[in-house]
Amino acid sequence: MEYEKNTAVVTVLGKDRVGIIAGISTLLAEYGINIKDISQTILDDIFTMVMMVDLKDLQIENSDISDKLKALGDELGVQITIQHTGLFNAMHKI
Amino acid sequence: MINEYEIIETMQMFNKEHLDIRTITMGISLMDCAASTVEESCNKIYDKICRYAGNLVATGEQISKKYGIPIIHKRISVTPIAIVAAACGAKDYTPFAKTLDRAAKTCGVNFVGGFSALVQKGYTESDKILINSIPEALSTTEFVCSSINLASTRTGINMDAVRDMGVIIKKTAEASADRSAIGCAKLVVFANAPEDNPFMAGAFLGPGEPECVINVGISGPGVVKHALEGVKGRDLGVVAETIKKAAFKITRVGELVAREASERLGVPFGIIDLSLAPTPAVGDSVARLLEEFGLETCGTWGTTAALAMLNDAVKKGGIMASSYVGGLSGAFIPVSEDEGMIAAARSGELKLEKLEAMTCVCSVGLDMIAVPGDTTAETISGIIADEMALGTFNNKTTAVRLIPVPGKGVGDSVEFGGLLGTAPIMPVTKTSCAEFIHRGGRIPAPIHSMRN
Repeated sequence: MEYEKNTAVVTVLGKDRVGIIAGISTLLAEYGINIKDISQTILDDIFTMVMMVDLKDLQIENSDISDKLKALGDELGVQITIQHTGLFNAMHKI
Repeated sequence: MINEYEIIETMQMFNKEHLDIRTITMGISLMDCAASTVEESCNKIYDKICRYAGNLVATGEQISKKYGIPIIHKRISVTPIAIVAAACGAKDYTPFAKTLDRAAKTCGVNFVGGFSALVQKGYTESDKILINSIPEALSTTEFVCSSINLASTRTGINMDAVRDMGVIIKKTAEASADRSAIGCAKLVVFANAPEDNPFMAGAFLGPGEPECVINVGISGPGVVKHALEGVKGRDLGVVAETIKKAAFKITRVGELVAREASERLGVPFGIIDLSLAPTPAVGDSVARLLEEFGLETCGTWGTTAALAMLNDAVKKGGIMASSYVGGLSGAFIPVSEDEGMIAAARSGELKLEKLEAMTCVCSVGLDMIAVPGDTTAETISGIIADEMALGTFNNKTTAVRLIPVPGKGVGDSVEFGGLLGTAPIMPVTKTSCAEFIHRGGRIPAPIHSMRN
C-alpha cells in the first residue's frame, strides 16, 4: 500500500454548469494544492470530474479543505469530495 | 496510476451502496484491574479504559475524513468481567456494568462489550454472580453489552447454563419491558465465541489476547448486491467470482483503516472481521442480496444454499485482502437490523426454523429475533440448546440473541430505534421441551473434537 505519497483524488458528481472547474481550482490554490491531472466525462447523464492533486504537506484530516469543498459543491449544486489516494490504491491495486 | 473507472466505482460504493466500515473496536485487557474491593476495581477499570480509548473516537473521525470513508461505530471490548471481578468479593456485579457505561460515555463510544462470562464447561462462583447480575446490569445501563459462552466444540455444551440463560433472558426482558425489552438486544449467548470479535453485542477481549488491540469489522452487503446485479442470469460460478472480487475490495478498505488506526493509536492491529453486516437502511440488506441470487423472498427454498455460497465467497475474496482475518467472519442475518429480513419475517415467508437452518452456513446465529412475551424460559433454553448444538457439532460459532417482548404477540412488532431496527414478533413452536431442559448437566464434546 502506498502511504508515502501525499496525494488525493477530488471528485465532482452532478449536473454540468459554468464555473465548476474555476471554483474548485481557485479554492485548491488557496490551500497551495497543485492539480496534477483533470479528466471529465458524462456517465449515465451525470457529469463526473476527477482531479488528481498533490497535497504537499497538507493533511486532509487536519484541514478544513473537505468542508470547504463540500460547501462549494452545495453552492454549485454538485457533490465534491476529496479523498487520500491511499484508499484507491488499497482497493484497486494488489 | 489509478484509473477513472476505479475512482467512479469507489465513489458509487460509498454514495449509493452504503459501503462503510462498521466498527473500529479497541480491545482492552482489564486483567490488571482485579482488586479486593468493588470500588478499587471499578476505579481501575474506569481509569484504564479512559486512558487507552480516550483518543479512539477522534482517531476514527480523522481516518474517516482523510479517506472519505464512513466509519459507523467506535467501540470497546474488555476482558470478561466475571474474570476481572472474581477477587472483589461482591455478590452483585451491576456496579461494574455502571462503570463500563460511564467509561463508554466519557470516551464517546456507542457500546462497550465484555460484561461476559465463559462457562462452556462449568461455572465459577464469579460466573454465577455475573449471570445473575445481567437483568439489572443491562436495564440500568445504556452502552454495556453482555455475552456468555455456553458451549464449545472442545468442551461440549453446559446445559445448566443453557437452562439458566433462558430464565435470565426472560428476566432481562421484564426488567426493560418499558423500553421494548431492549436489555435483550444487548445480550447474546454463544457456542465457540471468538475472542477477538469486534461486533456487538458479542464483543469481549479473550484471555489469550494482548494488552490492547485494534479489531475492525467491515460491512457492505449493498456493494455485493450491486455487483451481482451486473451478472443477472449468469451461472453460479460467475456469481461466486463476482462476490469474491467485491469482498476483496471491501476488505482492503477495512485493512487500510485498521492499519492506520493501529499506527495512529500506537496499538497493535488484531484482525479484520470479514462479516457482511446489514443495517435497516434500504440498500444495505443481506436478505435483499440473497434475493438477488434469484429468490423471490429470503426464506424460500434455496436460501440456505445461496447463503452458504455467499458466506464462502466473501471469505475467499476477503482473506487475500488482509493479513489477519478473525472474529466472526461470516454473513450476519439479524432480523430486526435488516430491511429485507424484516419484510420477509413480516410476510411470514421467513420462519424461525429456516433461520436456524441458515445459521448452519453463516456466522452468528438466531440474531435480533423478537418472540412472543409468553414464550417460556424453557422454550428459550430449548432454542438456545439447538443453536449451541449446531455450533458445537459443526465446529463453528453460533449465537442466540432473542427478545421475548412482554405483552406482545405474533402480528405485533417492536421498534428499537437506530441500527437495532424494528422486529416483527415471530411465532415459536409451543410444544414443551421443559423436561429435557431441566435435566441439566453437560452434553459431552463431539467425537471429532478429539484431535490430539
